[in-house]
Amino acid sequence: MREQQIIICGLGGQGILFVTRLLAETAIAKGLPVLTSETHGMAQRGGVVVSHLKVGGFTSPLVRPGQADALLSLKPETVPLHLHFLKKDAFIATNARETVTEADSYPSVSIDADQLALSLGDPQAVNLIVLGRALAEEGRLFCTAAEVAEVIKQKMAGKDKQLARALAAFRAGLGQSKED
Amino acid sequence: MSTDEQQKKLMQGNEAMARGLVENGCVVAASYPGTPASEILSAVKGWQEQEGVEMHVEWAVNEKVALEIAYTASQTGLRAATAMKQVGLNVASDPLMSAAYLGVVGGFVVVSADDPGPHSSQTEQDSRLMAMLAKIPVLDPASPEQARQLTGSAFELSEKFSVPVMLRPTTRVCHACQDVELLPVQDLKRAADFKKDPSRWAATPKFRYQLHLELNQKLAQIAAYQPTAPRCLNPQVKGRQAVVASGPAASYVQEIMGDLGLWDAISLYQVIQPYPLHTAFAEAILNDFDEILVLEETTGVIEMQLRDRYKVKGKLSGMVPEAGELLPEIVERVVGQFAGLPPRADLPVPAQGGRRPTLCPGCPHRASFYAIKKAAPKGIYPSDIGCYTLGINLGGVDTVLCMGASISQAAGFYQSYRVTGQQRDIIATVGDSTFFHAGIPPLIDAVTQGARFVLVILDNVTTAMTGNQPTPAHGTPAGRPVDIESIVKGCGVGFVKTADPLELPAFTALLKEALAFSHTVGVSVVIAKSPCLVDRSAPRQKRQQPKVTRACTGCRVCIDRFECPALTMPPGSNRVVIDPMICSGCGVCLDVCAIKAIEREETP
Repeated sequence: MREQQIIICGLGGQGILFVTRLLAETAIAKGLPVLTSETHGMAQRGGVVVSHLKVGGFTSPLVRPGQADALLSLKPETVPLHLHFLKKDAFIATNARETVTEADSYPSVSIDADQLALSLGDPQAVNLIVLGRALAEEGRLFCTAAEVAEVIKQKMAGKDKQLARALAAFRAGLGQSKED
Repeated sequence: MSTDEQQKKLMQGNEAMARGLVENGCVVAASYPGTPASEILSAVKGWQEQEGVEMHVEWAVNEKVALEIAYTASQTGLRAATAMKQVGLNVASDPLMSAAYLGVVGGFVVVSADDPGPHSSQTEQDSRLMAMLAKIPVLDPASPEQARQLTGSAFELSEKFSVPVMLRPTTRVCHACQDVELLPVQDLKRAADFKKDPSRWAATPKFRYQLHLELNQKLAQIAAYQPTAPRCLNPQVKGRQAVVASGPAASYVQEIMGDLGLWDAISLYQVIQPYPLHTAFAEAILNDFDEILVLEETTGVIEMQLRDRYKVKGKLSGMVPEAGELLPEIVERVVGQFAGLPPRADLPVPAQGGRRPTLCPGCPHRASFYAIKKAAPKGIYPSDIGCYTLGINLGGVDTVLCMGASISQAAGFYQSYRVTGQQRDIIATVGDSTFFHAGIPPLIDAVTQGARFVLVILDNVTTAMTGNQPTPAHGTPAGRPVDIESIVKGCGVGFVKTADPLELPAFTALLKEALAFSHTVGVSVVIAKSPCLVDRSAPRQKRQQPKVTRACTGCRVCIDRFECPALTMPPGSNRVVIDPMICSGCGVCLDVCAIKAIEREETP
């Protein structure tokens, strides 16, 4: 079984819990055991929020320093705060207008998700854009873009407008890499 | 995919415990929200609706009332549960202590969620000590799946020994998510049947002594009850060292011992029931091993029941930190040291910095605090528990003690200054839910004692911090809404006015009026009524974002004093910009800017 530990970070209100649960449900759909750890309470009010996601045969929901295979960041300033979780060759996908220098020594990709979200008229969509960008790099995460899209469709079944917005954001994230 | 796997669902620990309660025939559940326990009751409601079972599920006005309602259901023979955070249990401790003596009929589970860290709490207190104080058994789950299983064990234990049982998850159980199996919901087909027995249910002190003796006997038997006995997780090991762990620490150490190559070298026991610790286990482990390391959160509860200071290492011995969260990296270091491994020098260290939490852009509390500072710049500002504690960033919060204390502290400040011949402006802030929870008795006290201060009730019509649970002002389908203004008047307050703080100049003027009343007459109350912006049940308002004009001088008042996260000054710029990603369009900054450099085209 392929094991993977992922850190997902950003600021409260950016939809980190949603991305974490989406990936966790994708793991379950693939028949993989999963554990996550979420931030709730006061930190959700605009403070730095981090989720841990562990797919595979783990017992603890928390990632230890030096153990994460990937980092997804919805706000560039939160990248340096979580680098200590990463393995040496970990993959970083971040929302950033300019290069995040701290990510330079890792295999990393970035996308201006704020701008894309505004152009989609949906400032809340940053999370799915960054997730799409990460999944555009095939083989980096434990799942594929198609598997995640399937779970998005299941989660939002019957909520057509919400689903269309979510898929538009997710595809915008995926598509951006093709233009690179 | 097998059928088994298809029945697995991603569940947060709180949802898993809720599932366990419903699966095991819980009929009455009551709670007051508090991180990390808030999602338990809403999940109970969700499972109840999904499974179509008959239950009474309520958000009570506070934890004491919640516990009393659930306990009474147990007295009628039904299974019942109450859920709260650890400091909520302080509020509910009075009925808990007594219920332990009286015992139960239907299974009665008290979920008290601890918050080592603390992440979102006033204290790191260990609810297991409260279980010891009450003399009731406590179960300590390691994961969401185990938390679900232990709700069933807790009901069985409770009914077998006629005792309330505490289930004590921590943040890392409550807010962890895991693939959890759905099991069928039991219908126990019990009808409420209260059997009168005043010598027990209304016992006088003489009989309480008898009940105490009975409780001690129960505890001795519970310390031999097999279903909750400690479990050896690697029985193949035959060494001289053992690790004894409970709660999330047990889940961390299991993984870490594997990674460090110690899984076949050191015995690992998971304690399910830290109190009362199983007597036979305590004796055997002290006989069988030379060295024992105890890993638990937050106090050394198991450790203090293992009576050998030479063999037992843990918090009391100084090997494990006695404060703060027992993170897996700390467990790794301690276990390595216990096993005699060389310390790891290459562990990466977290970078310092980050961003402090702040009131949301457009939050009406920000406007209230700004107005309070304008109305009484030299005032004392006692405050309370909720999102608005973040008014500390605006200098509008001087004290935060516990639920409802803003009002008693305002009175305490008034009396302390008065008795020493001084007078100060005092403006206290309390949220609507907190006011209902614990604010009414201190308000009555303040009126009775002639205290003089302004109380601002920050009424955003929800319990915002914990995820927008309803307040008594919403009412329920079966009941009626309770109105704050009527309560305040009923407490005898002579000045009660309601206004929207987003109308900043008018609200500031109202506060000055309330201050004048408090100087001459007595307590005055201003209800700052404006809906929470993250409350999904409130109607969404589409408001246009303002613009900063060229007149902006970069004086930073709107950034430093008003502290709206949507207002920023990019490095190298001398003019404020509005962040279109997060600006809510509340428009309060138009009134904050003294030179009117923030404008908005009003949409027709």
